[in-house]
Formats: sequence, C-alpha cells, structure tokens
Amino acid sequence: MLEVKNLKKSFGDKKVLKGIDLTINRGDIIGIIGPSGCGKSTFLRCLNLLEKPDSGEVILEGDNLVDNKDLERIRRKIGMVFQQFNLFENMTVLDNITLAPTLLKVMKKGKAEKEADKLLDKVDLKDKKNNYPEELSGGQKQRVAIARSLMMKPEIMLFDEPTSALDPEMIGEVTNLMRQLAKEGMTMVIVSHEINFIKNFCTRVVFMSDGVIQEEGTSEDIFMNPKNSKLKNFLSKINNI
Amino acid sequence: MNKNKLFRNLFIILVYIFLFLPIIILILYSFNDSKMNIIFTHFTLRWYQELIHNQELLNAFSNTLIIAITSTAISTVIGTISAVGLFKYKFPGKNLINGLIYIPIVIPEIVLGISLLSVYTLSKLELGIGTILLSHIAFSIPYVITSVRSTLNPMTSQIEEAAYDLGASKLKTFWYVTLPMIFPGVVSGAALAFTLSLDDVVISYFTAGPGSNTLPLKIYSMIKTGITPDVNALSSIILLITIVVLTVATIYQTKTIQKREMAK
Ligand SMILES: Nc1ncnc2c1ncn2[C@@H]1O[C@H](COP(=O)(O)OP(=O)(O)OP(=O)(O)O)[C@@H](O)[C@H]1O
Ligand SMILES: [Mg+2]
Repeated sequence: MLEVKNLKKSFGDKKVLKGIDLTINRGDIIGIIGPSGCGKSTFLRCLNLLEKPDSGEVILEGDNLVDNKDLERIRRKIGMVFQQFNLFENMTVLDNITLAPTLLKVMKKGKAEKEADKLLDKVDLKDKKNNYPEELSGGQKQRVAIARSLMMKPEIMLFDEPTSALDPEMIGEVTNLMRQLAKEGMTMVIVSHEINFIKNFCTRVVFMSDGVIQEEGTSEDIFMNPKNSKLKNFLSKINNI
Repeated sequence: MNKNKLFRNLFIILVYIFLFLPIIILILYSFNDSKMNIIFTHFTLRWYQELIHNQELLNAFSNTLIIAITSTAISTVIGTISAVGLFKYKFPGKNLINGLIYIPIVIPEIVLGISLLSVYTLSKLELGIGTILLSHIAFSIPYVITSVRSTLNPMTSQIEEAAYDLGASKLKTFWYVTLPMIFPGVVSGAALAFTLSLDDVVISYFTAGPGSNTLPLKIYSMIKTGITPDVNALSSIILLITIVVLTVATIYQTKTIQKREMAK
C-alpha cells in the first residue's frame, strides 16, 4: 500500500538518506532500528512529507506524495505519533481529538464528539476528557496523541520513538495500545530503541545505517540470523548493555 | 529581627508613596475648585463639565485614541507575522535582520523622530495624522516582534507538525494551532504598542503637521501657557479607563486559571 522508491535526503551537504527502497503492505508492522543519527526519524518524516525528500517517490495507494497538490488530503490517511506527544497544550483532551475532524469538515461536531468518546474509551481515558495535557502523565498524553491520530481514520500509522519520553512504568500502557491496534489490522511503521518490543511485536524489521537499509527481514532473520556485518555489530553492542 | 521588619515595611511604604502620590494628587486636584494646582479649596465637578466643552482637548484625545488603536492593530498583525516568519524560515541575512530589529528599540527616540521626518519630507508626504500613525506603526513593530518571539520555541514547530500530519493546511494550522499558542505574546505586544503610542511625545512632535494634534502633544504645549485643571480631569478619566481595563483583564485571567483548576 505504501511504496518508497530511491528516497534521498540531505541537510546542507550532509547526506542523511542515500537511496531507500521499501514496500509496506497492508497489515504490516514494520520496525526500524539503527544507530543514533542514522536517519530513522528523517526517513519516517519523509513518509508524510514533514521533511521534503530531495529525490525519490513516496507512493500511497497509487498517489505519489512528493510534489502532490493534494498532499493535505492524503496526509489524513497517515497518522503520526511523536516522541514528545505534540498535543495542543492550550486545548482540552476532547478538543485535541475533535479539532482536526471538525475543522477539516470530515465530521460534524456532534458526530466527532461521539467518535471521540468511543476512542477515549478505547484508550482508557474517558475521565480525562476535559483535562488539559499538562495535567496528564506521559503515558496518558501519548494515548491521547494516538486517539487524536485515530480520529482521522488513518490507513497507516507512523511511530517515532513513542515510548522514549516515558517513565519505564508507563511504557506498557502505550505498547499495549499499539498491540491492540495491530490486532485490529492497522498498518504500522515503528522507530524505537525498545529492541525487545520491536523483536516481539514487528512482523518485519528494517536495519538502517549510513543512510541506507543494510538488511531487512522477519524479526527472526534480523535478530537470530543477522548477515550484515554492521547489523551484527549493532546487535552485539545492544546485547552488551 | 523586629527592626529589620520595621525597615522593610517602611521601605515598601515609601516606594508606594513615591509611585502613587503624584497620581493621587492629580485625581484630587481634578476636583479642586481653585484654578491653581497649589492649594485645595473646595470640591467641584466644574472641570469635568468644562472638559466636555473643551473641543480642542477632546479632539486631541480622539486623535490619540484613533492613532493608538489603529497603530496597535496594524503593528500587531505585521509584528506577529514577522516574528513567526523570522522564527520559521531560513534565508540569507536572517541573523542580520534579527539583530537589526533591536535598533529602533535602542536608538534615542529623538533620532528616530528626525529620521522619520526626513523620510516623509523626502518622499513629499504631507505631515499630519497619517504620518504620526505611520511613525507609531514603525516604532511599535519591533516591540511586538520581540514580545511574540519570546513565546516561540522548538516545541511550537513540533506541535504544528502534528497539525500538518492530521491534514491541516498551513493557514488553518497558523490560525487554530499556532496563534492560540503564541497568543499571550501577541497580547502583551499589543498592550505595549498601545501604551507606547498613547503617550508618545517625541516622535509625534517631529512627525505631526500643523493643526494635527495628539493629547500628549497638546498637554506638552500647554506647559508654556499653564495646564488647566480640565487636563487633570481628562487624565483622571484616562486613569479610570486604564484601571477598569486592567481589572477586567486580571479577572478574566484568574477565571481561566480557575477553570483549569476546576478541570482537575
Ligand atoms: N532539520 C535538520 N537540519 C539539519 N540536520 C538534521 C536535521 N534533522 C536531522 N538532521 C541530521 O540528520 C541526521 C539524521 O537524523 P535523524 O534524526 O533522522 O536520526 P535518527 O536515526 O532518528 O537518530 P536518533 O536515533 O538519535 O533519533 C543526524 O545527523 C541529524 O543531525
Ligand atoms: Mg530519531
């Protein structure tokens, strides 16, 4: 459903992505791992054009997003969850969730609020509806952020280190929610340093280093039978912690 | 210990007297029957009545209000857009422009007044309310920019990205997401612009034409002929308006804070 072809991106004269090809099928749960600074976030941000690629294509269900005049409409189909939650701080939880669908005329206000109630129930935050983000814990904020994305009924969700800013005891509530989404068939791309979560959760794992995909395969391939020397090196470092 | 406390209280009282005594005297004398601001004779509302008939003073006051409101509105819009643009976009010469913004704030008003006057003379603009307005807009913009800029930070851009990802256009994101975030800076910038315009003498003095008069200019020129008590009356009214506006703003602020507390 999402196809990336020869994606390149530089910042100034620093080449961050040097030609990435990846095909994502419906229902895939793809984990992206790699050393810090190898371009994982940049790659994810190129998928919804928060970062404009220098060249290459990002094709979602037949539409190339690069230089697309209809980008705003296509972006609704991509939900992104950020490390720092990026909630609208001056709005209540309910307003955070209903702002986009009502503003973009996807739903009427009444329908949006009903939908929001359902989603808040799903992420177990019904009683926080009228609270402001500053009154929530990190885990609760991230669940609100996920609910906010789900309101737009995305076809695919991108997670950029969704648990890195959380206290350890709150990681579970977010990963459990992600597991639930997976069960419902959501297509997901996840960048995370939680190697065990990636290992147990993802159907496919991509190892990035030096601006290219060094190796990709099933979780088993990558973690049990790594072939690429850089990947072996990366895994041995992790296992030494 | 006790002595310390005594000194502290005395100090606070002195500071308050120093700050408020002139204002209290001004209000008192606006009700004084004597034409001289020296001794208090009888209570009267005469100056308030006279004020209503002092067309010149009232004209100057309405000019001042029109200029202050218009220049605040225009400089707030331009200043806010500039601050956001300067924060967001990278372009050659950005650092230079960022630095230059402070120049109108730090150079002496008198220099700014003279330079504005020479620009108007060179471009053959007729001096009057229009040129005063232009000047006030010009000197207010840097204050608005600085004020709005203080509310912008990397988190602001990240939160905007969340809006883009949800499918919002740049315009909608600015209006519904960015503006509410930076609103405190916009309001304080506007308040600053308004007060600066309201009591500006120096720059208005250089850029006003014959016949165009603002209240501060009018009062300033009256020093030579003697300030009449109806100026005290007018000042008291302005003071009252200021206090009412301030009170309303404070109540509004505490209300919103309380509302948030309640939500917990
Ligand atoms: N806006 C930018 N301007 C300039 N350089 C950037 C920008 N964004 C990222 N970079 C650089 O691009 C490289 C890749 O960054 P990126 O954030 O994609 O790495 P990452 O793999 O997500 O790292 P981490 O695991 O630490 O999050 C880094 O060297 C970073 O300094
Ligand atoms: Mg990253």
